Amino acid sequence: MIELKNAGFNYGGRDILSDMTLRLSPGSFHFLTGPSGSGKTTLLNLCYQALMPTTGMVRIFEQDVRAMTRDDVARVRRRIGVVHQNCQFLDHISVRDNLTLPLSVSGRESEVDQGNVDDLLGWVGLSERGDALPPELSGGERQRAALARAIIMSPDLILADEPTGNVDWEMAQRLIALLVELNRMGKTILIATHDLNLIRNTKSEVSARVLRISNTKLQLAGADL
Amino acid sequence: MERLRSIFEVFSGDTNADRVVPPSGFTSRLTSFTAGAMAFLTVFALALSLATGRLADRWDAELARTSTIRIAAPEGQLAAQSEAVLEVLRTTPGIASARVMSDAEQRKLLEPWFGPDLPLDTLPVPRLIEVLEEGKGPDMVGLKLRLSAEAPGAVLDDHTRWRKPLVNAATRLRLLGLVSILLIAGSMGAMITLAAQSALAANGQVIGVLRLIGARDVYIARAFVRRFTLRALIGAAIGTGLAMIGVAFMPAPAEEGAFLTGLGFVGWHWVLPVFVPVIAAIVAFWATRLAAFRALSRLS
Ligand SMILES: Nc1ncnc2c1ncn2[C@@H]1O[C@H](COP(=O)(O)OP(=O)(O)OP(=O)(O)O)[C@@H](O)[C@H]1O
Ligand SMILES: [Mg+2]
Repeated sequence: MIELKNAGFNYGGRDILSDMTLRLSPGSFHFLTGPSGSGKTTLLNLCYQALMPTTGMVRIFEQDVRAMTRDDVARVRRRIGVVHQNCQFLDHISVRDNLTLPLSVSGRESEVDQGNVDDLLGWVGLSERGDALPPELSGGERQRAALARAIIMSPDLILADEPTGNVDWEMAQRLIALLVELNRMGKTILIATHDLNLIRNTKSEVSARVLRISNTKLQLAGADL
Repeated sequence: MERLRSIFEVFSGDTNADRVVPPSGFTSRLTSFTAGAMAFLTVFALALSLATGRLADRWDAELARTSTIRIAAPEGQLAAQSEAVLEVLRTTPGIASARVMSDAEQRKLLEPWFGPDLPLDTLPVPRLIEVLEEGKGPDMVGLKLRLSAEAPGAVLDDHTRWRKPLVNAATRLRLLGLVSILLIAGSMGAMITLAAQSALAANGQVIGVLRLIGARDVYIARAFVRRFTLRALIGAAIGTGLAMIGVAFMPAPAEEGAFLTGLGFVGWHWVLPVFVPVIAAIVAFWATRLAAFRALSRLS
C-alpha cells in the first residue's frame, strides 16, 4: 500500500526524518508514536503526498510519488481517508454536507444515502450535530467529524493524526473501536498518537505494530508496548 | 471534446460544485454590476458602429454615381448652352446618362428654402443637369476643361469633393466602435480574472480541504468558473436589456442621412445585442478557467 525506502525529509536543511524504510501491507494496523515534534505528522504527510520526500523514495499504491500528476494525487487520495491533527472543513456548509463532500468530489453524488450518513454520525457520537456548521463544533467534535469524513468513502487506507487528542477516554475508546472494526473489514490503518495507554488497550483487541520515531529514525517499539 | 463537455457542465451537471465556494455577496454583486455596465457600453458601441456603417454605405452608394452640372447663362443662351453641355456629356466616356431637370423637379429642390409659391419662370434660376456615371466615372478634370470651352456658364458640381471626407469619417467611426467593443471585452476579461484570482486566494482553505478529499483540479476550477460565468451572464443580460430599451426609445430616423436620429438598430440588427451576454459569459468562462488553473498549479 505504502512503501518508504530510505525516505528522508528536511525543512530548510534541518533533518526531520531520515532513512525511513517502511511497508504498510494491506489489512495491517500500525500505531506511530514519538515525542511531540519528532515528525509523526510529517511522516503521515509523506504517506498521502502532502509532502514530497527530500531524499529516498515513497510509493503510494505502487506509484512513485515523484511521478504523480495532480490528477494521480487526487485519485490516490480518494482511496485514503485522512484525519488531520487540526482538521479543516468547508465552514459554510453543514457537517452533514461536509461528510458527503468526498462522494460529490469524486462524482459519486448519487451514492449519498442519508440513512448511512445518519449511521455514520451515530458511530462518532454526532447524531445531534449533523446540521451544525463546522465552526460551531468543539475540538473533539471536529476530530470525530473528520474521522467520519475520512471513512465515508470506505477508503483502503486510513491515516489518523491524533484522532483522540481532544476527546475523553470513553470517546477515545469508542473511536479506536470503530477503527479496529474497519481494520477487521480489511482496511489498512495508521494512527499517530502519543497516548500509550490507548495503544496498550488496543493491542489486546487487534494485532497492531507500534512504530516509534526517535532522533529522526524509525524503530519498531519493543514488547513493553 | 473534453472542453466542450466542461463548457456544458458549467450550466448543468453537478449543482454541488459551486456550493463548495462560500458565497461572497459584495464581490459577486460587483462582478455582476461591472459585467452589466460593460454590456451596456457594448450595446451602444454596437449601435454606433452599425449606424455609421449604414450611413457610410448609403452616402457612398447614393453620391458616388451622380454629379450635377449647373448652367447659369443669360435667358437667350440657356437652351443653347444646355444643348452644348449634353453634347459634351454624350461624347465623354464614363457617363451613363444625363438629363436636364424639369421645372417641377427644380421647384421641389428649392421649395424647402423659398416656399411652394416660387415663380420659377421669372427668376434667373440656373438650369440643372443630372449626370449618372458608370464604371469608374468620367475624368473630372478633362470634363471641366471641355465644359468651360463649350459652355462658359456651366459649372460641374463634383460630389466626391465633399463626399470623401464624410465617408472616411463614417468608416473611421465604425472602426472606432468596433475597437471599443474589443477593448470592452478585454477589460471585462481582465476584471473577471482579477475577481477570480482574489476569490481563489481568499479560498485557500476551501481548496486545501477539497484537495485533501481527492478533488481534481477540474472540479475545483469548475466551482469557481460556474460562479463567475453565471454572474457575468446575469449582469450582462441586465445591462444589455437596459441598453436595448435605451436604444429603442431613441427618436425614429426623421430624414435620410440624419445621423443622430438614425442611431439605432434596424431590422435583423436587433438580434446582435442578444449575443452580448453570451459573449460576456464566454469571456468570463475562459478568464476564470485560466485564472483557476494557473492558481491551482501554483498551489500544488
Ligand atoms: N512548515 C514547517 N516548517 C518548518 N519546520 C516545520 C514545519 N512543520 C513542522 N516543522 C518542524 O518539524 C518537526 C516535526 O513536526 P511534526 O509536526 O511532524 O511533529 P509531530 O511529531 O507531529 O509533533 P506533535 O506530536 O506535536 O504533533 C517539528 O520540529 C516542527 O517544528
Ligand atoms: Mg503532529
